[in-house]
Formats: sequence, C-alpha cells, structure tokens
Amino acid sequence: MKIFIPTPLRAYTGKQDTVEVGGATIHEALGGLTSRYPDLRKHLFTDEGKLRSFVNVYLNDEDIRYLDAKEQTAVSEKDSLSIIPSIAGGTGRPGNDECGASWGFAPSSSRLDEWRYW
Amino acid sequence: MATVAEATAGVTLPALTHEEIARYSRHLILPEVGMEGQQRLKAAKVLLVGTGGLGAPMALYLAAAGVGTLGLVDFDVVDASNLHRQVIHSTPDVGRPKLDSAADKIAALNPNVKVVKHETMLTSANAMEILKDYDIVADGTDNFQTRYLVNDACVLSGKPNVYGSIFRFEGQASVFATEEGPCYRCLYPEPPPPGLVPSCAEGGVLGILPGLVGIIQSTEVIKLILGQGDPLIGRLLLVDALGMRFRELKLRKNPDCPVCGTHPTVTALIDYDQFCGIVPPAKETTQVANMQNGVPQIGPEELNRRQTAGEDVFVLDVREPHEFQIANIGGYLVPLNDLPKRIGELDREKNIVVHCKSGGRSQRASEFLQQQGFQHVENLAGGITAWSEKIDPSIPKY
Repeated sequence: MKIFIPTPLRAYTGKQDTVEVGGATIHEALGGLTSRYPDLRKHLFTDEGKLRSFVNVYLNDEDIRYLDAKEQTAVSEKDSLSIIPSIAGGTGRPGNDECGASWGFAPSSSRLDEWRYW
Repeated sequence: MATVAEATAGVTLPALTHEEIARYSRHLILPEVGMEGQQRLKAAKVLLVGTGGLGAPMALYLAAAGVGTLGLVDFDVVDASNLHRQVIHSTPDVGRPKLDSAADKIAALNPNVKVVKHETMLTSANAMEILKDYDIVADGTDNFQTRYLVNDACVLSGKPNVYGSIFRFEGQASVFATEEGPCYRCLYPEPPPPGLVPSCAEGGVLGILPGLVGIIQSTEVIKLILGQGDPLIGRLLLVDALGMRFRELKLRKNPDCPVCGTHPTVTALIDYDQFCGIVPPAKETTQVANMQNGVPQIGPEELNRRQTAGEDVFVLDVREPHEFQIANIGGYLVPLNDLPKRIGELDREKNIVVHCKSGGRSQRASEFLQQQGFQHVENLAGGITAWSEKIDPSIPKY
C-alpha cells in the first residue's frame, strides 16, 4: 500500500513523498515503513511503541482513531495511509520563536533523540 | 447548519448605494449572491488574526468582495522578507506597522469597508473581548499557542474558525468550531512538543502558497456569510503545491474533546504557552546571559575581539549548506543533524564557538558537544544575524 509522507518527515525517507509498503494491517504497514526508515520510528511512536498523540494517521480519508479496530484494521494494496502532522505556519517567516536562542525549550541533554528532531 | 446567513435572517440588511451596485455588479448577477447576498456581505464582520502570509490575501479579497467590517489583529511591522508573499504590503511600507499598511491598501481598494485595527497580540486576556464584535474568525497565525487560543476562543464564543496553515510547500485548510462540526482540538488534541517544531533549517515557504491557502480561507468565509455551497466543515483540505495535488480527509467531532465535546473541561481560555510546553522568551535585553543550560554564551563583539586579537578560535557553523551559501562568516560547516556522525572532524582541545542563524540550533549543538565531552564550547548568541547587525553589515541578513 502507499503511505503519504508529509514534508517535515521526508528528511527521514530519503526525500520521498510516498513509500510503498506491504502488511496486512495498519500496524504492520507502519512497521514496514519504520523498519525501512528507522529514523522515522521516534517521530511516529513512543518508546512503548504507541503512536504519538499528535501524529494523525488516516486510512484513505478516515482517521484511524475512529476505525473500530484502530491500528489493527486490515488493509489492502489499494488503500493508502496518510500521516498528517500539525503545522502552525501562517506567515512563513522562519519563526523568531523557533530560531531564537531565547526560546525556552530546554532539551534534556541526556536525550539525544529529542535533540535530533532539530 | 447554523450559518451566519441564518443567524442574521430577519435582521434588516443595509442597503447598497449606487456606487456599490456598480462595484459589485458581477456578484449581483450571480444568483448565489444577488442583492441579498451582497447586503449580507456588507453586514458581515470578519476578524482576521494576523495580516501576514495568509491574512494578506484574505484582507484584500474579502475587502474587494465587499465584506463590510474587517477587524485586523497584528502588532508587527513590515519587513523586507515579508514582501515575497504578503501582497497587501508594498516596498515603501517596510518599517511601517502592518495594520497601517493593510488599512491603507484596503481603503484604496474599497473605501466602503470599515477596518478595525487591533494593534496587539491576541492573548487569553483579550481574545474574548476582541472576538465578541465579529461573526467569523479567520486564523492566519503562525504558532501553535495562538492556533489553540483562536480555536478555543471561537468554540467558547460560538463563532466559526476558518483555518489555514502552511509549511514549505504544503497547506491545510478547514472550517472549525461550528456548532455541529469538529474543532481544531478534535483534530489535534495536543500540540507537538516544542522539540518537534520545525527548526529554521526546515523553515521557509513558497511565497505563493499562503496566497493559495488564504484564498481558500477567503472563499470559505464568503460561503459562510452567504450560506451557500458546501463549507469545509468536517473536512481537512490538504494542498501540495509541488505536486499540485489537493486531497481531502474526513474530520469528526470528538465527543471527548476537552473544549467542544459533550463534557468540556476547558470552559475558559487557558495559558497557551504552558499548554504548548513553551516558556515565554525572556525579556529582550542587549546584555547576553553568559550561561544557558550549562553552555557559555558569547556575543559577536567578544568573538570579534578574540579573532582580531589573534586568539585561536574555531568557529563551527551548524546551519544547512543552502544557508551557508546565502551568508557565512568563514565557519567550519557541519549541519546540526550531521554533527553526531561527523563529530570526529572536530578537535576537542580547541576553543570552539558554535553559531547558526540566530542561536537556537547552535545552543543545541553546544549542549550535544558538551555531552560528548567537549570542554571548551561556547554558543554565539544571536548567531550570524547578530554578527551582521553588530560587527559586519556586509553579511546579508536572511
């Protein structure tokens, strides 16, 4: 099946905007994606292997949170998955907030993976 | 649905002058607008939060279309780097308040439009008061805190939130916070942690994209006012400008939504910086704090002094190669994300000063280097931007 990769995550899929994967369920398909692109895993899943709460995944046009079997929903080759990030941009400026040294985000220096998101 | 058209049914609509009839004639001969629709537009009050990339086209098109009252919320001044997309501002406006620049353009385009300037940042303290005079809110802001604030204020005051958002070549649009439809929190109950907010290296936007998305938002505003068509309620429109593909996803109202669900827990505006995990930036001072998170901070003056004095300083530039091409101060380029695998290229014994565009990424790089056992690492506060401002104006700012 086809998985649509949003712009912010394409850095981890060799710039590809879609990736073809196998798998009988949504869970397996996402697993196939992250085993091919291991750097993606941290962005999509928590350490416990659960989908991160701010990552929205759609099976075709339906939010998987509203599917009865959720991640265990069966999929076929004709289906597509979309990963939809929340984006806040409105003016397109690089974002004084995001760039400024005074930005209050203090990454715990013991967590390199958090740091790597930048 | 409870459209603005229905809400204003029975209200006496303002008459159109001869000048307005001539001006709006191509609307008036459209059955979906007609005299009554145009009068509804004239009676409508729309609040635009932000007059930047999305707000600029919205303000122009809504003014041209004859929306009677446009409220504008902004506190910024026009910068040269705005002009590639914020088409309501022109070159002579650089340095002027955006509200003044926008109000002038609107007045020139359509003097029938009443512009209300709210020269402030939208906050939890003022949002309800500002929103109360408007029928519809259009969100053209650029950060998660204000997105959630606009959403919650719209839900709490029962006003539709016409949403648009952009990132590089991608856009999203929807209509939130109608009575029967979902709100922004139904879609994204929680903001991403600040560490996932794209960095400067991933920033940028195709100048045309906010035009495209802002005009989609404007279209939705007009449809809500007229009560015509099929609004983007319960649908998220995705715009991919590079592929030029439009896709649509279903959005559902979440019964457990903390603000618009059946048992809301958010019944008043909250602290959105805290909600988004953000400590507000410290008050701007020219004095550079000399330590941040264990990393010594130096200003451009100090770096310049050391270099001029011939001291051995290794300048490490952690920006992206395309940024290096725009401007550089001769630093050794290792983009932040490559640092772990290229750390062997750096000499632990050297005094290293790390810089990026304005100091954020270099702070993270410095913390990482310290963690890897580098003892002599300092962060250039304010980055190459501060260097350009304070030491060498021949270095372009971007």
